[in-house]
Amino acid sequence: MTQTVTSPKSDARRRQGPSFLMALPAVLFFGLFALVPLAGVVVLSFMSWDGLGTPSFNGLDTWFRILQEDQTRNALWLTFLFVVISYVFQAPVALLLGVFMAGQQKYRAFLSVLYFLPLLFSSVAVGITFQTLFSPNYGLSPALGWDWLPAQWLGDPNIALLVVIFVVGWCFVPFHSLLYQAGVRQIPATIYEAATIDGAGRMRQFFSLTLPQLRYTIITSSTLMLVGSLTYFDLVFVLTQGGPAGATRILPLDMYITGFREYDMGGASAIAVILVAVGVTLSLLLNKISGSSRMESDKAGA
Amino acid sequence: MNTRTLTRTGAASVAAASLLALSACGGSGGGSGDGAGAWILTGGGWPNVESDIQRWNDQAEDGRQIAVESFENDAFKERIRTVVGSGEAPTLIMNWTGGTLAEYVAEERVVDITDEVGDLESRVHESVWNNGVVDGSTYGVPMNGVQPAVMYLNQDVFDEAGVEVPQTWAEVKEVIPQLRDAGYTPFSLAGGSVWPALMWLQYLTDRHGGAEVFQAVVDGEEGAWSDESILWALEEIQWLADEGGFDETFTGVDASQNEDARLLAEGEAAMLLQGSWVYSTIHADFPEFAQSDAFGFTEFPALESGEGDPSNITGNPANFWSVSADASEEEQEVAVDYITEHLYNDEYVQDTLDDGNLPPLNDIDEEIESAENADFLTFADELVSEADNFQLSWDQAVAPEVSQPLMENLEKILVGEITPEEFAEAMNGQQG
Repeated sequence: MTQTVTSPKSDARRRQGPSFLMALPAVLFFGLFALVPLAGVVVLSFMSWDGLGTPSFNGLDTWFRILQEDQTRNALWLTFLFVVISYVFQAPVALLLGVFMAGQQKYRAFLSVLYFLPLLFSSVAVGITFQTLFSPNYGLSPALGWDWLPAQWLGDPNIALLVVIFVVGWCFVPFHSLLYQAGVRQIPATIYEAATIDGAGRMRQFFSLTLPQLRYTIITSSTLMLVGSLTYFDLVFVLTQGGPAGATRILPLDMYITGFREYDMGGASAIAVILVAVGVTLSLLLNKISGSSRMESDKAGA
Repeated sequence: MNTRTLTRTGAASVAAASLLALSACGGSGGGSGDGAGAWILTGGGWPNVESDIQRWNDQAEDGRQIAVESFENDAFKERIRTVVGSGEAPTLIMNWTGGTLAEYVAEERVVDITDEVGDLESRVHESVWNNGVVDGSTYGVPMNGVQPAVMYLNQDVFDEAGVEVPQTWAEVKEVIPQLRDAGYTPFSLAGGSVWPALMWLQYLTDRHGGAEVFQAVVDGEEGAWSDESILWALEEIQWLADEGGFDETFTGVDASQNEDARLLAEGEAAMLLQGSWVYSTIHADFPEFAQSDAFGFTEFPALESGEGDPSNITGNPANFWSVSADASEEEQEVAVDYITEHLYNDEYVQDTLDDGNLPPLNDIDEEIESAENADFLTFADELVSEADNFQLSWDQAVAPEVSQPLMENLEKILVGEITPEEFAEAMNGQQG
């Protein structure tokens, strides 16, 4: 870490940072447990295998079949909706909560602890609890008895996806709020003092100071949110198992159900490859747009 | 040693340790290694199976013990195939027979035990035993109670609404509006779990067209799903859903939380079509209702004009043990000895009866009469022994890869997304 500081000019052609050797264990680990299985999945996607017999090569058949299936297209569309709506819901809430939590007041510290709680619960416990809350006979709706509440939450194909997105958001907003809280606390107070002297109000300070200063936190949090919701599985599986009638069967669930319920390992592998391709493209794209490869500290001179 | 080398050595040893830990995990499961193993489920009568194997272990010589592991139903179904496929299966493979067992046999994953089962075959009801027979050879033996689907009742609801329990399908159609008007749900159905709705489809199809209709599906006849009886059954299910036969929110009711049984026990619903295992669930979860006179049970209503024999029942004949072909010879021997020497011993039979589960045996009439749940057990015993045909649940009877599409299309029927004709078309497409 200190290498560049102690001898900044001794080896100008070498890249900054510690030697590659230090990353070797991690790279080996990644290779063995991520790349090797991934290669296996790619090979399997060109095979037909029911999980019991012997896998046999069938060329591009599996791919044609999977790409032509309505199920896959539907899953892709649902995944798109899931990612976009999750982001639109989580990002503003997390940002506002984070900014709120960054205040030094006692009651805010107390509320922060409460907001933090969902992060500590296991997804399965959260899923089962919400399932009970949304039960049409013993859940929220019959308990409160308000007419405008839907009688069916997870059982209605028209709103099930939105309900799932809400629960997933409930679980992940605390984490992103925490990122924003840390980000806000790192903004030097002097900037705000200067702005106050210049006559900037609260709103103006938020939009002209806080938001621009948080841009790297926003990038980090957005990347985690988008890629995370693309591959999200456990809560959705516990809540709906992809139902009702496939209304929440997003790509990761589609992969699982195809593989372990329909025993079509070749098809599941093809879906997995699609998922990897979309995920990698998305992170590369985000990297490009945000320019995080050029990311450096913005605190210099502050 | 400076800080950098220290960090590097540290990281490397952490990585090495993790690798060791991970690779160590790989060796633990499955049938290879020392001693026989068995996987069972949680809940219902399964703790009895576990304690019975425990008793076997207590008296067995060293090395002849059977290690038991319990899994939740869905988790079991997803795992067992992977371990069987990879040759790591437990020695005793529990299954529901049907399409799964047929595939195990075709892939030579289970051994033929026709000549090893001893006098067990003569003790078991033939209609149940036959499920473990594939192409004339025995590959599985029943290992717990019979599980027919029966109609449970809340008599209080009928009394308060002033209607009689329907015995025929025409009467069902009569009482639905009457129960509705009195403010009750006629039938509780856990549509969110889908599989309870399959019992409706199975019974209605059987009553309308007889056992041959579904046999044609199992035999893989072209267009077998388009049979008029299946279409009629699907129409009736959609009619029930539309006309208030089920709870308005039935597609959100979940069976794994026993919500469907609760609706019956708490007097919201008049009837519930469910497996016989729900009898012990109701006793465990709603003891007050279970002990009251309101709790009753009967057969699925007859269809006046139907071709099916009204004595026919559907459900799961039982769970079965098969012996893994990938296990070592010693392990297979232990498993077979367990089946011939220990299975359905007096203590296990008594425990099973005490739970309200009926072992499929023909030599336990006395035990049934003296059992605590004699009324239900006698009812179940008569159902099973008088049944002309005991139809295995369709999701188990069809080939494993067809099971999930069947449930998905049935779910679409329940929410009204597809018509019976579209259901038949989609399922016919799966036959190829």
